Amino acid sequence: MSAPITWLESLTNTTSSGQLLTAAKSGDCASSSCGSSSRPTDMDSATWEKVKDHPCFSEEAHHYFARMHVAVAPACNIQCNYCNRKYDCANESRPGVVSEKLTPDQALRKVIAVANEVPQLSVLGIAGPGDACYDWKKTRATFERVASEIPDIKLCISTNGLALPEHVDELAEMNISHVTITINMVDPAVGEKIYPWIFYGHRRYTGIAAAKILHEQQMLGLEMLSERGILTKVNSVMIPGVNDQHLIEVNKWVKERGAFLHNVMPLISEPAHGTWFGLAGQRGPNALELKAFQDRLEGGAKLMRHCRQCRADAVGLLGADRGQEFTLDQIPLELDYDGGKRHAYREVVARIRDDHSAAKKEAIATVASVNIPGSLQVAVATKGGGRINEHFGHAKEFQVYEASQTGIKFVGHRKVEPYCHGGWGEDATLGDIIAALEGIDFVLCARIGDCPKKQLLEAGIQATDAFGYDYIEAAISALYATKHGSDRSQLTA
Amino acid sequence: MAYKIIASQCTQCGACEFECPSSAIEYKGEKYVIDPDKCTECKGAFELQQCASVCPVPKTCVPA
Ligand code: SF4
Ligand code: SF4
Ligand code: SF4
Repeated sequence: MSAPITWLESLTNTTSSGQLLTAAKSGDCASSSCGSSSRPTDMDSATWEKVKDHPCFSEEAHHYFARMHVAVAPACNIQCNYCNRKYDCANESRPGVVSEKLTPDQALRKVIAVANEVPQLSVLGIAGPGDACYDWKKTRATFERVASEIPDIKLCISTNGLALPEHVDELAEMNISHVTITINMVDPAVGEKIYPWIFYGHRRYTGIAAAKILHEQQMLGLEMLSERGILTKVNSVMIPGVNDQHLIEVNKWVKERGAFLHNVMPLISEPAHGTWFGLAGQRGPNALELKAFQDRLEGGAKLMRHCRQCRADAVGLLGADRGQEFTLDQIPLELDYDGGKRHAYREVVARIRDDHSAAKKEAIATVASVNIPGSLQVAVATKGGGRINEHFGHAKEFQVYEASQTGIKFVGHRKVEPYCHGGWGEDATLGDIIAALEGIDFVLCARIGDCPKKQLLEAGIQATDAFGYDYIEAAISALYATKHGSDRSQLTA
Repeated sequence: MAYKIIASQCTQCGACEFECPSSAIEYKGEKYVIDPDKCTECKGAFELQQCASVCPVPKTCVPA
């Protein structure tokens, strides 16, 4: 595959939009299908139009596009046992956590600052830290201000669903194209173990009555969104022993009601976070348990596997939070929107996407043609663009792919503490990384030192930078073919 | 006859502010405060004090 190497990094690092345009124009397009969109085979074109630049709704898009959340909605109308709203930490990456709550005007300033600097930005979401539908006035004011400045940005919200039905019509009017509802149960008896109370119709409900109202509102909201053609993703928190088996039922219900994606996320419950579950010793599932469960759900509502459980003020590509670069004190008071970088970036992505997709198809065909059963678990260090372009020591996460005769599938990610802090590796971190990579056969990265390579090997994990800067799928197929003896020429290291 | 907010426990979510039927709650300086002259304890409006019912932190909206 002769990929036209247009370095997305060079585009995202330039400082002026003029420079960016020059860089964008110099990328030659070798693909004959130039200009067409590389839509996955399982999607109609109307749906593809809606998700093709939404990193959360499309696994393919998440290699290219970024979202940002603005934390304008701190008020919430329910209490979940996995949430503690008193807790706030800049180093934590999990939903509900923010460092800075914003007013709608501050949010607008921040969105403009990010849009000017981060060309990948395509989606603005409001995901709390409370509930975007309950704290509706602030959600609405923020979207209105941003949409009038940056009309092409996609708007999306996350909600627990309790106050959703009363706002569905406004959501449709305001062109909010993507909604995420967190649904952890369809049986109030299960819900009772997750939600100690809700606030609804001016009073607090507890126990089964609370869970029942929440359930009814969630189902109603989902149906209303589907009727209006708004794409809905359902997030479920997998809580071992509480709702893990029950999520099979949830998957069925939401599929029947038109949910576009189902995202099963692991419970995060360290005691230090002070959540009810955390303090009660309720554990979360590990990466292998989560994957095994997601595999069982295959065939139901389509699963999202690339969720990063982002902070409610996350900025940037999924898995690479740049939120700390855009705190209010770093943003000028007066700021005009300049769409140059975003437009140039989109132009380039439209061109290289087809090339990536062709490389991917070829890779999958190679894998399918190797006539050997068994699968290969590959962890990849990437900065986006669909390529292996991150150094082992700098990776904050590895994206996990499974290669088998049925193809090459993205199956999840593993978060790690970067091994290199300022140039040298730390042994304690490497031990943690090895633990996080349990079950992985190969690690692919742009660069790796001999020492970590050796230690990984001792733990049964082979690591190589031989495929540095290749497309992820192309490298995996070469690896798979080599491993099964059909083509030794491609693996050189 | 009024409610008050224990500022050291408050998460500043603002839910009480927009649920209060008497517009008694305001963000002042660095914290949410209840104006005792305006607070009616929700009498005549709701059965239970709205600020206390919506607040996510126990014992944070309490009788003054
Ligand atoms: S939490 Fe998941 S769905 Fe939300 S922005 Fe992050 S990756 Fe996307
Ligand atoms: S008790 Fe009622 S009136 Fe008084 S501050 Fe709370 S919500 Fe407002
Ligand atoms: S509801 Fe409670 S936590 Fe929220 S602002 Fe009011 S007093 Fe503070």
